[in-house]
Amino acid sequence: MSEVLNVPTMAECMAEGRQPEILFWVGSAGSYDDRAKKITKAFVKILNKANVDFAVLGTEESCTGDVAKRAGNEFLFQMQAVTNIEVLNAYQVKRIVTACPHSYNTLKNEYPQLGGQYKVQHHTEFINELIKSGRLTIEGENTFKGKRVTFHDPCYLGRANEVYEAPRALLQTLGVELVEMKRHRKTALCCGAGGAQMFKEPEKGDKDINVLRTEDALQTQPNIIATGCPYCNTMMTDGVKAKEKENEITVLDVAELIANAQ
Amino acid sequence: MEYLPNILFAIILVAGIGYFAKNVKKLIRNIKLGRDVDVSDNKSERFKNMAMIALGQSKMVRRPIAGILHIIVYLGFIIINIEVLEIIIDGLFGTHRIFSGIGATYGVLIGTFEVLALLVFVAVIIFWIRRNVIKLKRFWKSEMTAWPKNDGNFILYFEMVLMTLFLVMNATDVHFQTMNSGNVISQFIVPWFNGLSEGTLHLIERSTWWLHIVGILVFLNYLYFSKHLHILLAFPNTYYAKLTPKGQLNNLESVTKEVKMMMDPNVDPFAAPPEGAEAAMPEKFGASDVQDLNWVQLLNAYTCTECGRCTSECPANLTGKKLSPRKIMMDTRDRLEEVGKNIDANGGEFKDDGKQLLGDYISNEELWACTTCNACVEACPVSIDPLSIILEMRRYLVMEQSAAPTELNTMMTNIENNGAPWPYNQMDRLNWKDE
Ligand code: SF4
Ligand code: SF4
Repeated sequence: MSEVLNVPTMAECMAEGRQPEILFWVGSAGSYDDRAKKITKAFVKILNKANVDFAVLGTEESCTGDVAKRAGNEFLFQMQAVTNIEVLNAYQVKRIVTACPHSYNTLKNEYPQLGGQYKVQHHTEFINELIKSGRLTIEGENTFKGKRVTFHDPCYLGRANEVYEAPRALLQTLGVELVEMKRHRKTALCCGAGGAQMFKEPEKGDKDINVLRTEDALQTQPNIIATGCPYCNTMMTDGVKAKEKENEITVLDVAELIANAQ
Repeated sequence: MEYLPNILFAIILVAGIGYFAKNVKKLIRNIKLGRDVDVSDNKSERFKNMAMIALGQSKMVRRPIAGILHIIVYLGFIIINIEVLEIIIDGLFGTHRIFSGIGATYGVLIGTFEVLALLVFVAVIIFWIRRNVIKLKRFWKSEMTAWPKNDGNFILYFEMVLMTLFLVMNATDVHFQTMNSGNVISQFIVPWFNGLSEGTLHLIERSTWWLHIVGILVFLNYLYFSKHLHILLAFPNTYYAKLTPKGQLNNLESVTKEVKMMMDPNVDPFAAPPEGAEAAMPEKFGASDVQDLNWVQLLNAYTCTECGRCTSECPANLTGKKLSPRKIMMDTRDRLEEVGKNIDANGGEFKDDGKQLLGDYISNEELWACTTCNACVEACPVSIDPLSIILEMRRYLVMEQSAAPTELNTMMTNIENNGAPWPYNQMDRLNWKDE
């Protein structure tokens, strides 16, 4: 992505005395992981294109604590939460959009009792709003039209928060041929990354979860496996490699599809 | 002597119900061993869930074959039990088919029962075939050996016998057959007994009548020892089930207090506790045994039907890991029973038996294999939450024992030092913008 991205920080906004419309919560994966950074940039590209008045916390953002909590370290989670809430509240943040379902779930559901009350949206929900309100338009004739796409529901977006439609609505807008896996929506199989699994070797078994999930996806014979989570993305990308299909199938975030659809 | 059967009946009835009541008391006591949890909110939503999920079986039909068969057995079971009311009155007062006086409606009622009885019989046979001939995978996992496996079959045999008794009882009831109203199914059984004298028929009718009611009482008392407890507990269990989004895991209040104290510069950590505040032992973080779980989680354990829908959708189990959410529930119940027996044996006090749920029942390996994906919670037809137990036990492992896998410890150290699970500098968090 060669074009210049406009990414204001909350600190800059504050210095200019203005309050942005939304805070884009980038998340740890979105900030540091090479693959996830591309998703972050794709989403910013969309925000820029739609002229959304947003900001990021930048170096003031810290891990939400989701993984620590799910690993059982409630202490570390709450330390992270309280620290983040202090920063968010100091900037009087009201609305947060994030491209990571884990951040989404934690900010939306687990921060309120600790003093952090915000309207939190997943980026697929927000992009839908942009389209509906006419702030963002998608060309009918775009690069992805007619492509076979299957959508992998991230657990923390789907089952955890029952957001099934938003990402699918975006795929529909692109005019792709959406093919569902046998296990989808409520019964979607996990990619294998959640609950801190991303950071450790799996226990002994006879298969890796991401390979099993990739097999689900391959059965739909897709051109593209779409998802809405940086961790799912990594797991599915690895799965496609394990199945030696990386030359035929790409794994993309819904935001990347939208951003590159022109 | 004429009243002997009535007296005998009354004794059996009182004994059967009495023993059941005793076990129910034990059940409630055991569930109350759990920690307290506030579930007094949102009563109307809770009632709605109970009506939909327990009464309406809405989650059962997600798997249509098992779902519909289950509804037949369930409805049949409940409705046919109206007949038990008549049996009890007849038994106590020496009447015969006391309700038959209500006229044509009686025929309709009994006719319905007979049709249901046949349907139940057929459904139960299909269930048996699924378990034992087709051998559906979820009924043959490693935790489904010995008692759990037999339990599943016993209950099916039980139903078959009870339904047969009911139909034979009607078929051999000469008085009922001559009424010729409501004998929609039993009339086809009558020919089996052709040629028998009226006395013999009466004897068979009486025997089946007795066996039927005794069978029902035995069944009632079998429940406490069986996965079939769910026919009762599914109701409170769906009522008390989690209402918040599945992804929301509870925040530990005891931790919140400590964190607030650490973050608050005005709090003097060495200050003496205020007057009157008890210097209580700090609450244990997480759970290593059943008493550390909350009572809804213990109710969950007693409610589990061992159907294995959870395990059959668990990504860890599907890829050959040891973790099985059904086993988590079965282990919790087994340990809770063990603790209950321990209390009974020691005059109402639990004596340390050197065992606990963690380690003796559930291994670390199982706990660490969970992806917290909620597939088990979503799949459970009676709203059980195995994930919450797994999380509590992980909390104990990490916060009380620092026993997380090494890689996770590294990850957590990274979060502490850099605010990210990877070893990157927080000051580099915005670098992506210019890359
Ligand atoms: S939450 Fe854990 S136990 Fe439940 S299905 Fe997912 S991995 Fe299995
Ligand atoms: S927890 Fe629920 S789904 Fe799992 S075996 Fe028990 S009743 Fe079935």
